[in-house]
Amino acid sequence: MTSRSVFERILDPSGRADPYPLFAELRKTPVARQEDGTYVVSTYREIVELLHDPRVSSDRRNLGSTAEAPDGAPSFIGLDPPEHDRLRRLAMRHFGPPHSPRIVDGLRPAILALTTELIDGIAGERRADVVDEVAYPLPVAVICRLLGVPQEDEPQFHAWADQIIETLGPGEEDRAERERERRAVGLKLEGYLAELAEARRGQPGEDMLSGFVTYRGPEGGMTPQEVVSTAVLLLIAGHETTINLIANGMLTLLRHPDRMERLRAEPGLIVPAVEELLRYEPPVQLVSSRVALDDIDIAGTTIPAGSPIVLALAAGSRDPAHVADPDRFDPFRARNEHLGFGGGVHYCFGAPLARLEAQIVLGELVRRLRNPRLVADPPPYRPSPVLRGPRHLLIGFDGVEPDGQPYTRKRE
Amino acid sequence: MKVVVDLTRCQGYGQCAFLAPDVFTMRQEALLYDLEPGDERREQVLRAAAACPVQAVHLDWTATWHAAEQPAPPARRNTDGRIVIVGASLAGARAAGVLRREGFTGSLTVIGGESHEPYDRPPLSKQVLTGQVPHDHTMLPHLREVDAEWLWGAQATALDVAGKRVRLADGREIGFDRVLLATGTRARPWPNEAEAALEGVHTLRTLEDAARLRQALAARPRRVLILGAGFTGSEIASVCRELDLEVTVVERGPAPLVSALGGVIGDVAAQMHREHGVDLRCDTTVTALEGDADGRLRGARLSDGSTVEAEVAVVALGSIRNVEWLRDSGLAAGVWGVACDAGCRAVDTNGLVTDDVFVAGDIARFPHPLYQYQFMTLEHWGNAVAQAEIAAHNMVSDQAHRWPHLSVPVFWSSQFGVNIKSVGVPTFADEVVITQGSTAERRFVAVYGYRGRVTAAVTFDQGLWLEFYQRLIERAAPFPPEFRHVDRRAGVGPVPARVPERLVATAGATVVVTGHDPAERRASLLHAPQS
Repeated sequence: MTSRSVFERILDPSGRADPYPLFAELRKTPVARQEDGTYVVSTYREIVELLHDPRVSSDRRNLGSTAEAPDGAPSFIGLDPPEHDRLRRLAMRHFGPPHSPRIVDGLRPAILALTTELIDGIAGERRADVVDEVAYPLPVAVICRLLGVPQEDEPQFHAWADQIIETLGPGEEDRAERERERRAVGLKLEGYLAELAEARRGQPGEDMLSGFVTYRGPEGGMTPQEVVSTAVLLLIAGHETTINLIANGMLTLLRHPDRMERLRAEPGLIVPAVEELLRYEPPVQLVSSRVALDDIDIAGTTIPAGSPIVLALAAGSRDPAHVADPDRFDPFRARNEHLGFGGGVHYCFGAPLARLEAQIVLGELVRRLRNPRLVADPPPYRPSPVLRGPRHLLIGFDGVEPDGQPYTRKRE
Repeated sequence: MKVVVDLTRCQGYGQCAFLAPDVFTMRQEALLYDLEPGDERREQVLRAAAACPVQAVHLDWTATWHAAEQPAPPARRNTDGRIVIVGASLAGARAAGVLRREGFTGSLTVIGGESHEPYDRPPLSKQVLTGQVPHDHTMLPHLREVDAEWLWGAQATALDVAGKRVRLADGREIGFDRVLLATGTRARPWPNEAEAALEGVHTLRTLEDAARLRQALAARPRRVLILGAGFTGSEIASVCRELDLEVTVVERGPAPLVSALGGVIGDVAAQMHREHGVDLRCDTTVTALEGDADGRLRGARLSDGSTVEAEVAVVALGSIRNVEWLRDSGLAAGVWGVACDAGCRAVDTNGLVTDDVFVAGDIARFPHPLYQYQFMTLEHWGNAVAQAEIAAHNMVSDQAHRWPHLSVPVFWSSQFGVNIKSVGVPTFADEVVITQGSTAERRFVAVYGYRGRVTAAVTFDQGLWLEFYQRLIERAAPFPPEFRHVDRRAGVGPVPARVPERLVATAGATVVVTGHDPAERRASLLHAPQS
């Protein structure tokens, strides 16, 4: 019916609700060259290999063409070692091990309290939008709190983040234009964060931004530009992705009431369930920004040096050569190795936080919503093929259990 | 509950340290953990295990290859009769579980020389010595409840291959149809028995050794003397500095780790020792340990004429293979180990392969196709596990369905806060090149080559890249690697590897290994075009 490639059909917003049959088709050619010279990789083993291949760069300045030259240094997601490693270590110092291993675990009570508040907020309703009422406000509040962004600025933040997300994605044709749009919005966000960082420099708090501006170690610290680019990255990445994980998660659970019932009976199973969601309905579907630094022979194809590479994580996590019965949502799957957070040096920085948020929010929604059901299936989706998730998720329910039994799990 | 992390697989993502910070701690990429966290940590640990991106955290130690979850349809298999396993440590215990997983229904007897259930040795020179984890928190989780008769504290003293019996020290004889030899190694003691008996002189191999040494370090001796700067000696030195104890390391070679990793990395290791305040004496040996009138260690005399005062000495001069009991067995067993084929079948003194005697773990000396079929023993955690799988599979399979042990060796060590990993055989090299990172930053990848082929790689806090280099080894990729890649520093090129001398085989065909699952891994010869 059409000469469009499988991958072009995946990019088309009209198929956003269920891209998986197309991903299955895509996997028939594990490394597929597109007309614009991009190579799309869709099988598990090959994706893992390329995520760990030092001949693959994340810095688009290495592209063969010189058409685009984004001004300013990219954040660490768009850098290679050693610069990437240095900046990521400097950022990690204020977020996780080895220097701050207890920050994420320590957020547990706050995340639970926020979740309780949000679910209490819909207690009087019989219908709610999971995205607007829960999935969106929670991660935004958490990331703003972590970074040190005042609560009252959150809505402005969300607007900027949204506009930036819409410009992300593969495809080389309109990339320059999208880069320009992103730049325009980015400037506003950066201006705001630069000002905030400057304020923290004089009066540091416990937040990450304060850590970024004040820390100086053997490797030095972050320059003011690096502070801003890192903050922008964490803000956007720690935002949209978790919203989608929660929304995709609720949608998937509501589509499988038997499994939701079992989760209600055995709340501890939310841990493997979230891993399965990351495999089955991953919020990040594609890694669209890699570049071959040299000719790479893989799966019988040679990716020529200078070619853009897209890693179809969502296809890889459903590769039947890797996982049995891949299209079945099995929240109790043992030893679930998936590509939900990517892999290699760019493995998702905020993965532990995303896991925790999803486990708590989904766990509480399952526990407290009485007889929840979907109002529309499929729900309307955001256009992005990279960060995929419902724009709204309307559900009906017969009320909300009171939070009478505050989270009874042992506090570690 | 019991936990073990397969550090061969671990890539240092640190997810476990985020989610269970009371159980797992990271130092950059080096992971230390409690193997027996209390039940109040159960939820944390479950969360950490589920989150591991490479699924390396094992709770009920699943004896499965990741890629081979479903066993192949049984062909003609040999799943009954009597199997005896001699040795109940990592390899022996693993093999017992795998035999049952593979459908062995006959009688299974495991003879363990020590009086404990199987435990994990790597923590003994790390988190146990620092006191972070009690020594008795190192028992390995059960593979599953293995249906076997476990004879603890039973010493095997002889093997009668023709009569198919294992003789025990107490006179008992255990008959078998097939037997697996996995008796491992013991620490090489200080050769002077009187000096070795001085109070304060230690070796480190067993759980009891670790408990005693921990106690000695906790008493805060004024100085610790370490004899030998191999991996064990270096790790102990690192622990001593972490505990802020003065330590002198005496090494016969030109630098630490030279016999395993060659002189280039050895020099880096020497710098790390000195930066961390170790008094490192290379090209030096201890000529005598000296005691006081009460039989307590007072110090040592060194080959350069100097003396060192120390209250504690650790003899870390390598290991001795436990093969003496096989002396009259007719097998090709000696100080080098027990010779076997790549399918773990033992070779007799005539060089003939036996049918019913298998070998695995530290004592198994097998020909590795990737290394010109040279016979090698690999005293690595990962090798013990992988080889036990192969041996157990082959013990219940007929000739046509046996697997070769073709895994590329992977090894790790953590010392001075750095996670060192190696893949391949680094001593099988004539040149080394630093491909990624820099030795000055203590974060790098070193690639080893032999006659124009990649043979090994060593990473310092760069373990994520190891599998890429493993594939280069398996494909016999050209050395030095010429491709463009990330984190390449200016002005680096191959330098002589400075590895200890070993047998040099004649050049000929190049061997490549293909396949991922054990059932499909094969070696094949690539013959160079005739010139």
